[in-house]
Amino acid sequence: MERVNAGADTSFWRGFGRAVGEVYEYRELLLNLVRKELKTRYKDSFLGFLWSLLRPMFLLAVYYIAIGKFLGVPFPLFPIFLFCGLVAWTLFTDVLGGCTGTVVSNAGLVKKVYFPRELLPLSVVGAALVNFAMQLLVLVAAVLVFGGELHGQQPWLLPLALLALLPFMTACGLFLAAANVSFRDVGHLIEIVLLLWFWTTPIVYGVGGVLNRMHNAGLDWMAKLYLANPMANVVIGFQQAVYGDYNDGTTQQTFQGPIALRLVVLTAGSLVLLWLAQRFFSRAQGNFAQEL
Amino acid sequence: MAATIIRVNDVAKKFTINKDKSLKERLTGLGRSRQYRQEFWALKGVSFELEAAKTLGLIGANGSGKSTLLKVIGGILAPDEGWVERRGRLAALLELGAGFHGDLTGRENVYLNASILGLTRRQTDAYFDAIVDFSGIERFIDTQVKFYSSGMYVRLAFAVAVHVDPDILLVDEVLAVGDEPFQRKCMERIKQFQREGRTIVFVTHGLDQVRQLCDRVIMLESGEVVVDGTPVDALRAFRERYNVQAGQEPEHGDRRLEILKTIVTDGAGRPRDRFTPGDALGIEFEVVAHEPTDDWVAGVAINNHLDLLVYGTNTRLQGIELPPISGRRRVCYRFHAIPMVEGQYYVTVAVHPEVGPEYHRLDRAVSFKVFSEAADHGVLYLTPRIEVSE
Repeated sequence: MERVNAGADTSFWRGFGRAVGEVYEYRELLLNLVRKELKTRYKDSFLGFLWSLLRPMFLLAVYYIAIGKFLGVPFPLFPIFLFCGLVAWTLFTDVLGGCTGTVVSNAGLVKKVYFPRELLPLSVVGAALVNFAMQLLVLVAAVLVFGGELHGQQPWLLPLALLALLPFMTACGLFLAAANVSFRDVGHLIEIVLLLWFWTTPIVYGVGGVLNRMHNAGLDWMAKLYLANPMANVVIGFQQAVYGDYNDGTTQQTFQGPIALRLVVLTAGSLVLLWLAQRFFSRAQGNFAQEL
Repeated sequence: MAATIIRVNDVAKKFTINKDKSLKERLTGLGRSRQYRQEFWALKGVSFELEAAKTLGLIGANGSGKSTLLKVIGGILAPDEGWVERRGRLAALLELGAGFHGDLTGRENVYLNASILGLTRRQTDAYFDAIVDFSGIERFIDTQVKFYSSGMYVRLAFAVAVHVDPDILLVDEVLAVGDEPFQRKCMERIKQFQREGRTIVFVTHGLDQVRQLCDRVIMLESGEVVVDGTPVDALRAFRERYNVQAGQEPEHGDRRLEILKTIVTDGAGRPRDRFTPGDALGIEFEVVAHEPTDDWVAGVAINNHLDLLVYGTNTRLQGIELPPISGRRRVCYRFHAIPMVEGQYYVTVAVHPEVGPEYHRLDRAVSFKVFSEAADHGVLYLTPRIEVSE
């Protein structure tokens, strides 16, 4: 005989493995949920799937004109620099934004059918990854066209950064999905937090300039704090991999430190975070059906 | 002795009703949060074991915890105390079409819903034709389900649900859907599940279903098991506890004529409320005319516990011209035999003109019970002689 709902009351240490096993058992449903997520998002719209590309492209145009032209940032190939950061950031916000509401919006299912609840945030992650892949294709196309002028010499940093981002965003997603069930404020709060987070991440400006200014002002601790932002490291990884380092004294785009090592540490840290987030999720999920 | 397939061990479930839902309210109300919080136990110390291939019915009044218990067995809610163990694949028909998405077509939803209920894609492929066939909506299978009528929606959902191949089936009041032929189809399917030796736990208010389907019935009251036994025992207990007390319904009419003192008798004027099928029965009441009236008709109706009309008539239908009334009259209906199956019955009495609104009507003015030796379903007590020959 099998204990029902054992995820919640097995020990803190073994529950995670059990949950992973269960998600694997339900992998087919996960795939179907991802498919549903993608199919329904742009159903009945004329441009359909193209919308997932149009949004970052539009953002790109806005930042390019506002920051590249109006403020006159002297980056060579500034759109590509921007796009590197935006690709990673879009993935991150898609996951966080999507996960926050996923349990609540699937209340009908959660209240009526048993399946590992982790599948809901995971299906958001899956759908976001598909969109990410599309945008990555655009980035690859850009590299093929402008490849000669780009200075990206460590392309393997991109998969490494993605590897760090995956557990990090999944952990955030699990946490937010569960928290939003009992505190609906989370959905509103996360919008503000993401806005702040966007500007404290070197996406539309170069990290080098920021660090230099902090150093010159004698605020080295602040620079450390700034670099402790996981998303800053991920974005820097993306930028280093594709855009690279011009290092011509004027641009200040890039980070001079050991980004690969930082990403490895971040990956390890994120895995711990993911495990904690799953435990939190698992504790909370026993009450989902009654909270909704 | 069949093996135990579900074991519910001292399960308790507490619900906390938070009256404040937002972070702000919780923070500002931290100190006095107690008063904003209400707790109640939806289930308390529920324990039972169910053997494989049995059908268990859960009955009880609204809010007695039966749906909560079903959700705890299904793993949708985690109990606060105790635990549930079970064996084998489980499918829960808690709400039909819960996983349907309006923007997807019927076909896409069949695959999605089947995988929610635990079927693999290959299994769904194999069952697909049978599912569509059962639902009877082949023509619309590639239409988005948001364009479906509610009946079509439910049919498709039920078709998916019954084709999942479960060892344990949990059913929550979903059998009363669709039109009559479809309901019959659903019933047959449930019975087929029983013949195939699957275990069924279902929640219902339809006491007829309990009689027809269950091997065992558990009745809950305020989250506790009060009866655990055969359907006959449980139904008797249920009726005794929850039947609307006769004579407490609102009265209707302008009371130009008023009905007083309605009683059920043994047919010879002695009050009586327990009968066996075939006994004589009388319904007697007094009519008081507050002003002299020429035009009046006196009627009675007998309904069963499901509010199904068992019998009804009045003096006009019987071809009796009543003389003008002033003062008091006594009306007696005598039935020389009541061929009705076991159950509780209610008597409604009324006086009204030939046409127009009634003077006075008392719904469920009195009740009586019929007890029988043999177990029967339905309304009429027919006594067949059964011969089985070669």
